[in-house]
Amino acid sequence: MSGTQTTYNDKVVRQFAVMTVIWGIVGMLVGVIIAAQLVWPELNIGFLHFGRLRPLHTNAVIFAFGGCALFATSYWCVQRTSHARLWGGPLVPFTFWGWQVVIVLAAVTLPLGMTQGKEYAELEWPIDILITLVWVSYALVFFGTIAKRTVSHIYVANWFFGGFILAVALLHLVNSAAVPVSLTKSYSAYSGVQDAMIQWWYGHNAVGFFLTAGFLGMMYYFVPKQAGRPVYSYRLSVVHFWALIFTYMWAGPHHLHYTALPDWTQSVGMVFSLILLAPSWGGMINGIMTLSGAWHKLRDDPILKFLITSLSFYGMSTFEGPMMSIKTVNALSHYTDWTVGHVHSGALGWVAMVSIGSIYYLLPKLFGKTEMFSTKLVTVHFWIATIGTVLYIASMWIAGVMQGLMWRAVNADGTLAYSFVESVKGSYPFWAIRWLGGVLFLTGMLIMAYNMFRTMAGGKTQDAPVVVPAAHHA
Amino acid sequence: MEILYLLIPVSVVLVFAIAVAFWWSVRSGQFDDLEGPAFKILMDDDGPNIPNSASTRKDDSEKV
Repeated sequence: MSGTQTTYNDKVVRQFAVMTVIWGIVGMLVGVIIAAQLVWPELNIGFLHFGRLRPLHTNAVIFAFGGCALFATSYWCVQRTSHARLWGGPLVPFTFWGWQVVIVLAAVTLPLGMTQGKEYAELEWPIDILITLVWVSYALVFFGTIAKRTVSHIYVANWFFGGFILAVALLHLVNSAAVPVSLTKSYSAYSGVQDAMIQWWYGHNAVGFFLTAGFLGMMYYFVPKQAGRPVYSYRLSVVHFWALIFTYMWAGPHHLHYTALPDWTQSVGMVFSLILLAPSWGGMINGIMTLSGAWHKLRDDPILKFLITSLSFYGMSTFEGPMMSIKTVNALSHYTDWTVGHVHSGALGWVAMVSIGSIYYLLPKLFGKTEMFSTKLVTVHFWIATIGTVLYIASMWIAGVMQGLMWRAVNADGTLAYSFVESVKGSYPFWAIRWLGGVLFLTGMLIMAYNMFRTMAGGKTQDAPVVVPAAHHA
Repeated sequence: MEILYLLIPVSVVLVFAIAVAFWWSVRSGQFDDLEGPAFKILMDDDGPNIPNSASTRKDDSEKV
């Protein structure tokens, strides 16, 4: 060991942590704008209409907010649990600046209408190539750090982060294959139902690996650290990891129920989606039970409140998802706002809350403080975010089921009982409530930003020395 | 559904790759101790990193 000279690379964690909050505000603001556009259609102005801004919202919250949170937490976790400084030298800042350039390019090109038209993979081919370069660097840095670890055991969170990095690389490469015709236009390498199958193989696995496995890595590190207790069952966490990655890959076809996709492929997708309930709930219970015997800590620790509530939403949405993948349920829910509500119970309740909790854990440590500027404001943020999430999900449930029932209602003579626009009209009050939920969630992020900048103010930053492994046997 | 000629082999290869990773991790003793690692992450001293404070000096003195 190079002794006291060796420090962790906390600079890159600091950069990603701050940008998580900034991009969170940007992405959620765009979400609030498009929610308002549904309630007040006159807000669709020029190229800033719903169709252009919606992919900007999804890209910003998933890849900018979620992505930065994953970079920050995985870089922190892999260094601490490997007792080693990040490997990769200049590759490390490249992952930060490269990723920021990707985000800015997305913010410019999507409103201009440059898109591959593939959900969650809209960015045109030159940006796709940049993403590939950043992602390969990320993989090299992460696995390079694992390789130079000074303890023999690889902590379970790193398995989740590692699985997420490799799977996303594979998904991105296969789904983004395209034939470029100009710098800003390309056509997918696949066509028709083949393209749809590839798209949702990508789309659902992006949910599974980007939005689940990565954030489970976060959960397995930050919940025990914040609670000051070991994870409920380490054995279960290992089983959780292998069960999840062995069974995940084939849930995608449930996005294509009752389409041109062969019936048996749809059924395969449904069965694999149902199987996923088991590992998902195993992990959720493992996370929540970490607090077993120390529930009192929830009372006055808002960071723990964020983390544990995120797991409750994770449990809820991973129950709802398999149910919605059942074909008979899907016949009602497909194409309705129920799907939108389901996504946000995962996105706001699980992904955003576990990220927010983890970033609150990191910020004081990164900026040389003992705690956040105001713990009270963290509590306020927690309640505002929770109320916002519940308003969002509940309004979308009602709107979605109402839409599904109206679309399928038929008169005695077999004609449709309602025109489509009648279901739109009926949805307005719920869209207004959804907008309000979004406004609340965004307000919480603004409070977080204020708290973050006050925490950063006057703090001197330095990289922490690499800690010698606590136990001597390896 | 020609695309399945790509996706199914990809899945099969992947399952084998995951199986190899699992086999390696079992053989290399990653799972010999399924209690200790959960406690070890709590023993790493990564409390507030305040420049020139008592806590960082303590870190330095512990690292011999």
